Amino acid sequence: MKKLWLLSLFFLIAVISLVGCSSEGESEGSGEEGGDGTTEITYYSFSAAPNYEDVLADIVTAFEEENPNIKVNTELAAYDDYFTKLQTRLAGGNAPDVFELNYENFVQYASKGTLADLSGFIEEDDNFDPSQLNQEAFKAYQYDGKQYGMVESFSNVLTFYNKDLFDEAGVDYPTADWTWEDELAAAEKITNEENNVWGTYAPATMNEYFKIAAQNGGQLFDENGEPTVDTEENLEAMNYMVEKVTESGVTPSPAEMSGQAPADLFMNGQLGIVHTGIWMFDAFKDASFEWDVALEAGNTQKAHHFFANGLAVSADTDKKEAAYKFARFMSASDQVAELRVENSWELPAVNNDEVLQPYLEQTPPENREAVFNALDTLVLPPVVENWSQINDVTNQEFEKALNGSKSTEDVIKTLQSEYENILN
Amino acid sequence: MVGMTRKKTFFWLCIFLLPNLLGFLTFIGAPIVSSLIISFTDWDLLGEMQFTGFENYIRLAQDPDFWVSFRNTIFFILGYIPLVLIFGLACALLLNKQMKFRAFFRATFFLPVITSWVAVSLVWKWLYNPEYGLINYALSIIGIDGPQWLSDPNTAMIGIILASAWKDIGFVMVLFLGGLQNISPSFYEAASIDGAGKARKLWNITIPLLAPTTFFVTIISLINSFQVFDQVMIMTGGGPGGSTEVMVQNIYNHAFRYFEMGYASAMSWVLFLVIFLFTWIQMKVQDRR
Repeated sequence: MKKLWLLSLFFLIAVISLVGCSSEGESEGSGEEGGDGTTEITYYSFSAAPNYEDVLADIVTAFEEENPNIKVNTELAAYDDYFTKLQTRLAGGNAPDVFELNYENFVQYASKGTLADLSGFIEEDDNFDPSQLNQEAFKAYQYDGKQYGMVESFSNVLTFYNKDLFDEAGVDYPTADWTWEDELAAAEKITNEENNVWGTYAPATMNEYFKIAAQNGGQLFDENGEPTVDTEENLEAMNYMVEKVTESGVTPSPAEMSGQAPADLFMNGQLGIVHTGIWMFDAFKDASFEWDVALEAGNTQKAHHFFANGLAVSADTDKKEAAYKFARFMSASDQVAELRVENSWELPAVNNDEVLQPYLEQTPPENREAVFNALDTLVLPPVVENWSQINDVTNQEFEKALNGSKSTEDVIKTLQSEYENILN
Repeated sequence: MVGMTRKKTFFWLCIFLLPNLLGFLTFIGAPIVSSLIISFTDWDLLGEMQFTGFENYIRLAQDPDFWVSFRNTIFFILGYIPLVLIFGLACALLLNKQMKFRAFFRATFFLPVITSWVAVSLVWKWLYNPEYGLINYALSIIGIDGPQWLSDPNTAMIGIILASAWKDIGFVMVLFLGGLQNISPSFYEAASIDGAGKARKLWNITIPLLAPTTFFVTIISLINSFQVFDQVMIMTGGGPGGSTEVMVQNIYNHAFRYFEMGYASAMSWVLFLVIFLFTWIQMKVQDRR
């Protein structure tokens, strides 16, 4: 009798959950195609949060005016939470129709078959030609010869410098052919420990390391994605990053930063140079001192970051065409590009010089051409599986090198074996 | 007839339990079972689930990161539990006396317990700030050059332990207060007649008679502190150099940052077994007493 009750209880639960599921399915089904033939799509984004929500809203309005039978619902998440939610939704069969992917994460999603192939839509589309876009950026969203995403914007990292601090120290401003030595020499003159002023700051993280390694002719992974971190060039690059903190002291240690963001230190006039992304233009525009940007210093060669964001369409959605239309609009529409430029929301990936002209004319910084000049020597982030795990391990080992609990020689050996472990 | 009534009672029992039971089965029961299944698979949420047998558990035994997080968690527990027990009991003894503003003091000590960990962590992060923090400022007044606290791998976990103890002392205090009020005053009266002093009473009456409460508090604190996560996540994120990475954070990273659901599930089951083991040992010890 006891068992019977338990059984009926489970039965009850099963029935209730079934009813719950089916009614959910129904309501979803009716939402897809409204009575008046409009298609509702969901767009999930990280780059709009939290500073560009209004711009995105304007873009959506413009899109809906152009495509009256498509309605776009936007969902935003901060970058740190974005992928957790995206992956869970994909797993739950409840993926957004169209969503943002940065280049580093794109390959992983494309290779797992979660993205829709857009090649067919692009071929049939009379209003779009790939030549409208920056080719390097457009091709970044190909996998296995198919187009799985539409690049919308890109950004890179430059040397931001405080002119006032350079003048005070009597140092010449950075030039396009600056080397590591030049930067160190300038930073040493600017550093003033008593006043808590430091010469230069760059994060000691994986994202910085692969670029610094490239500036020294090294690379952390070979063409097949095998780790090649334990080399002389990469060790020199690591020493350059670490010794700025531990030896010359031109970069504040994590303890000296005491939880402040480098951007805040720069805004306080406590940093001569900060290496950060062009997405900071807007935040720095109210600085109380004169500042400008320059190309990054190199050692044996130049190398600049290149970050791209793009839109991909879910492989599961049955509203692929509407989703593609929105992705194309975000990517190639001049209207969107103008809005981006106007609001300094990264750099649109379009080739249209007319649209980009206002971007170059805005100040500060005066030397905006550096943004485009940097593209000549770009280094793409390594595309390997388990990127975030590799990131974490690297950053953790860098912390050990910075606080002196581990030598850089040991760190690089650990990294080599950890990478091999993680990738196999 | 007796059987009938029992069946009837059981029927009504089920009906009354149903709302709670439904929630439990859907949101706790089912996930627990599925996590056990997932722990024997390789699954990244996107692709197909692949059955891999005990591979996750074997990997776990050989994973140095897992053992580091295990060691860090044990270190946390060894620091945290004695602190909350001693100071929780001390507060309870103090606030069990007849005194002015007793309710006010009790509420004040309990306040951190009901404050969210996010707020508490952020405040403590500032207190610990080596340059601008209040703690190092106070130390500098008495001529001590304060440590780097959360930026130093040697002191970061100590910092987390102190903040956690501060937050939970109020909770332990309330449990001990309940225990103290259950001790009949006649014991103390009898002891006074026999000429026992305060220390003697504490040692021979209060502490032995509080044993059930102490046992309960220890178990609850142990279970909670094996699952320490929020404060670590906010105050240090596991750093510097992995010196404060704890088990739940390791699980979180593997599940929601590296998307290794199978491996993360295996880790949570090991964590469960560890907690279960400690609870079981304590139950046995208690039984023998």
